[in-house]
Amino acid sequence: MLKWLITFSWRDSRGSRAKLLLFVTSMVLGVAALVSINSFGDNLKRAIDAESKTLLGADLSFESGKPFSDSIESIIDSLGGTQSRRTSFSSMAYFPKSNTTRLATIRGHEPGFPFYGTIESDPPEAASTYLSDNGALIDATLMAQYDIAVGDSVRIGTKSYTVSGKLIQTPRETAAIMLFSPRIYIPLVAMDTTLLSAGSRADYEVYFQFADERDADELVEVLSDTLRAQEVRTDTVEEERANWDRSLTNLYRFLGLVGFMSLLLGSLGVASSIHVYIRQRIQTVAVLRVYGASSYQTFAIYLIQATGMGLLGAVLGSVIGVGLQSVVPVVLGDFLPVHVDFRVSWSSVFMGSAMGVGVTLLFALLPLLEVRNIPPLAALRSDFAPEEKDGRGKKEKWVLLGIMALFVTAFAIIQAPTILIGLGYSAAVAAVFALLALAATTVMRVLAAKPPSNVSYVVKQGMANLHRPHNQTLMMMLALGFGTFLVSTMIISESTLLGQLSLASTEGKPNLVFYDVQPSQVDSVISMIETANLPVLDEVAMISMRLSSVKGKSIESLREDTTFNFSWAHRREYRSTYRDVLAESEVVVEGSFEGTYSGSCLIPLSVEHDVAQQLDVTIGDSLSFNIQGVDISGRITSIREVDWRRMQTNFFFVFADGAINDAPAFHVVMSRTETTEESALIQAGVVRTYPNISSIDISVVLTIFEAIFSKISFVVQFMALFSIITGLLVLSGAVMISRFQRIEESVLLKTLGASRKIVLQIMTTEYLVLGVAAAVTGVGLSLIAGWGVSRFVFEADFVVPFYSLLILTASVVGLTIAVGQLNSRGIYDKEALEVLRKET
Amino acid sequence: MDKVLEIIDLTRTYKSGHGALTVLDSVSFELMRGDTVSIVGPSGSGKTTLLGLSAGLDAPSSGKVLLCGYDMGALSEDQRAAVRNKHVGFVFQSFRLIPTLTALENVTVPAELQGRKDATDEARALLVEVGLGERTDHYPAQLSGGEQQRVAMARAFINKPDILFADEPTGNLDVDTGDHIVNLLFKLNETAGTTLVLVTHNLELAAKTERIIRLKRGQLVPELNVIPTHA
Repeated sequence: MLKWLITFSWRDSRGSRAKLLLFVTSMVLGVAALVSINSFGDNLKRAIDAESKTLLGADLSFESGKPFSDSIESIIDSLGGTQSRRTSFSSMAYFPKSNTTRLATIRGHEPGFPFYGTIESDPPEAASTYLSDNGALIDATLMAQYDIAVGDSVRIGTKSYTVSGKLIQTPRETAAIMLFSPRIYIPLVAMDTTLLSAGSRADYEVYFQFADERDADELVEVLSDTLRAQEVRTDTVEEERANWDRSLTNLYRFLGLVGFMSLLLGSLGVASSIHVYIRQRIQTVAVLRVYGASSYQTFAIYLIQATGMGLLGAVLGSVIGVGLQSVVPVVLGDFLPVHVDFRVSWSSVFMGSAMGVGVTLLFALLPLLEVRNIPPLAALRSDFAPEEKDGRGKKEKWVLLGIMALFVTAFAIIQAPTILIGLGYSAAVAAVFALLALAATTVMRVLAAKPPSNVSYVVKQGMANLHRPHNQTLMMMLALGFGTFLVSTMIISESTLLGQLSLASTEGKPNLVFYDVQPSQVDSVISMIETANLPVLDEVAMISMRLSSVKGKSIESLREDTTFNFSWAHRREYRSTYRDVLAESEVVVEGSFEGTYSGSCLIPLSVEHDVAQQLDVTIGDSLSFNIQGVDISGRITSIREVDWRRMQTNFFFVFADGAINDAPAFHVVMSRTETTEESALIQAGVVRTYPNISSIDISVVLTIFEAIFSKISFVVQFMALFSIITGLLVLSGAVMISRFQRIEESVLLKTLGASRKIVLQIMTTEYLVLGVAAAVTGVGLSLIAGWGVSRFVFEADFVVPFYSLLILTASVVGLTIAVGQLNSRGIYDKEALEVLRKET
Repeated sequence: MDKVLEIIDLTRTYKSGHGALTVLDSVSFELMRGDTVSIVGPSGSGKTTLLGLSAGLDAPSSGKVLLCGYDMGALSEDQRAAVRNKHVGFVFQSFRLIPTLTALENVTVPAELQGRKDATDEARALLVEVGLGERTDHYPAQLSGGEQQRVAMARAFINKPDILFADEPTGNLDVDTGDHIVNLLFKLNETAGTTLVLVTHNLELAAKTERIIRLKRGQLVPELNVIPTHA
């Protein structure tokens, strides 16, 4: 019987295969997205495993925020092997040719590093010659931005270097990381050590290569207590590999979730198409029932067809996915530490295909259940419509919907980095679908209401098409609305983030910051700024310190206490200040701010709210800090909330004035410039005079964020594109499936004297209303989502990019009309007789 | 003679708004093997409902339908389908051919549902018998109305049914084609010894059967015995 069922399914699909193929295309892209992303993930994992040593560039590394102590130096000596040191810090790079400056991460290298992998440079030989020629390798993007050529000079601190070449790729750095702070490699021996003065931040690293088969992880385990006590961090190949593996797995899994959305959309499209397809098959099913086919046999016939569609979609999707896989590294290239080679991952192809077939079948089951309710009596009465029997169908539908929800949630949980994110994803998808469905129902209700008498026939008919029986409005609204929602949310998030930065650069706020200013240089810098007719908006001292005890318990004892929640707040280095007043960006939420220190008791201390929570401290608790080897203690007198978005110096800890004023500090001076030239000039002037001082221009930060965000949004929009195209394919399918109905209407209208123009106008009105409704709903929902994201994720002011959203809405409407008209072409030209004779 | 169909006190009521609409009211009759009978009556008199119930396409509200000994009301839908497959043939007013199947494939469907290996040969023979031996690979859309109805008749006879139900078999055909179809129908019926139940508005056609069952507002009116004119 199975053979006959398969044969019959094949025969029954005659004449509809092109249509079925179109239905299938809506889920093809979803499968393609999953296959390409997961395949890429597999290849990435393989690449990371294969090149794990090049991720670190060595077998082991030690890293510290201060020069290694004698005891650590003797450990380093005892470890032996081949060693190479590196010292990194942030400093201004001055380019004499253009008289411009730029804050960069300077890395002083010894020969040897990297022991594994290579530094890629242009010209290639520059990667080794810069060390012997007193040269510098400069990040390629920075060279392009500042028009620097090989042979030019760059000054860092008091020393000048000849640019040996462009830095293209190197272990431990990705293009995205370099965007944050461009890298400049110089020889360690030729580094200006005055830049490493007290108070400046620097990283001291030593890299090891062992000729013997020493287990670096085991070594770290043995040394961990000693190293940790002296705040020396370690990194091994295995740790580095695990870190990259974890973060990149999260990345491609997240992208997988975005891709899964298009599969969901596509499957909904398939389900909707099958629903209409089954309605067109009522007579066939009824005749089969009359001649003795059981309800399960007829159900099986269409289940086989749906399975075939799913399989076909899975194969097509896999082929496209494998092809697209080679594009993914291009899209994600800036975020990757290694080159990812193209290779077909059969497990991903199988998983993606299985997912495609599974989801399609699951969604197709809902309309397929209707087949079992078609009675043989429908063959006698052509106006017969299938009805549910005694609520059984309803119960089955709910069970099926439950299984579908479970499936989607389970997939999301497996794919998402955490269970909570998976659940949140499912809930968000369900909420957006539910709201889109609600909007679609409302639109149909509104359209079904009697239109005013002065509305033209064309408009009335066009709108009526959207709520006629067996309409596809809900499905089309879901497909188009969801795609619009995704893109729109991305646009809003981007504007909100960038809006914050632009906001910071306006309203008379500081937009130029000089830091690492030594106490002896403060007056001179202020005078230089004032001479240039620029305002000095703030000047503040910053003192580097680390916590040494909390509520009387030493940091070491807290670290060793396995029951204690030792957090970043205990571990990090703080830059604190002293003041006698609160800053504009601060509000005391507990206690009272004490601005002066009389010297008779513990130093009054104000703590930022979040850090107080992390440290589990409150008013009256004591905290001790280590400032360059000297311990000072304070008592918390107030807890502050700080608006970190303000462009000014903000602090976790503020000491009362008079207590730590003599501690080694550096100063920050803030100003405001109105033009780029003004900014460049004063920066160059200050840096030329005081090479240790660094400056940052907010407009540069804005450019960096724009560049980074555009890279991230490119990746996400690349994935969202799958959903948009899927939405348009679902729309094509929906228009195609109602084509015969449209042809009948067109013929009728033509017979009654309607011109081609009127028929076209009716259809245009229909797609226009549909496109507007879908786009407006999608954008409307994205405004809610965008507000939520800005309020709770970015904690920023909500910015509505009005013009971008308007362009998006117009594009969606335009595309809807175009796709609708494209699929409806030729309808008017059908001959009436041809239509009347046709049975399906 | 064997009883092929026994209708006992058959009633069919449909829900209508807040009340119930009785379409068929306490109808009883029986048919023996080889009988030919017409069901006639004005529109809305319950003819098609009676045909549907008699053939087991629908379940009665009360009363019994015994088809070839099976109490159709006591069977599940799938069990009724199995009875229909084995014992019943159908010819519809609008032919009801499956548009995606060729003439030959349409005819084979009931036999293939039985798993018969000879389905194709038998179907081909029947199509030759109804004069469509050259059109076996044509789709319904490529056939005229008369040809489609002949395919439908071949399909109805492929499982050698005990009883054939025909719902207005000439309703969609012109007079000449209709006559041709009727002659063919009676010829096939006679050859196979099948009981024939015709639903029709056409009294001339009804007159060709041995018995006429008249329905009015869902009830039987006294039966007329006629002398068949097709013989």
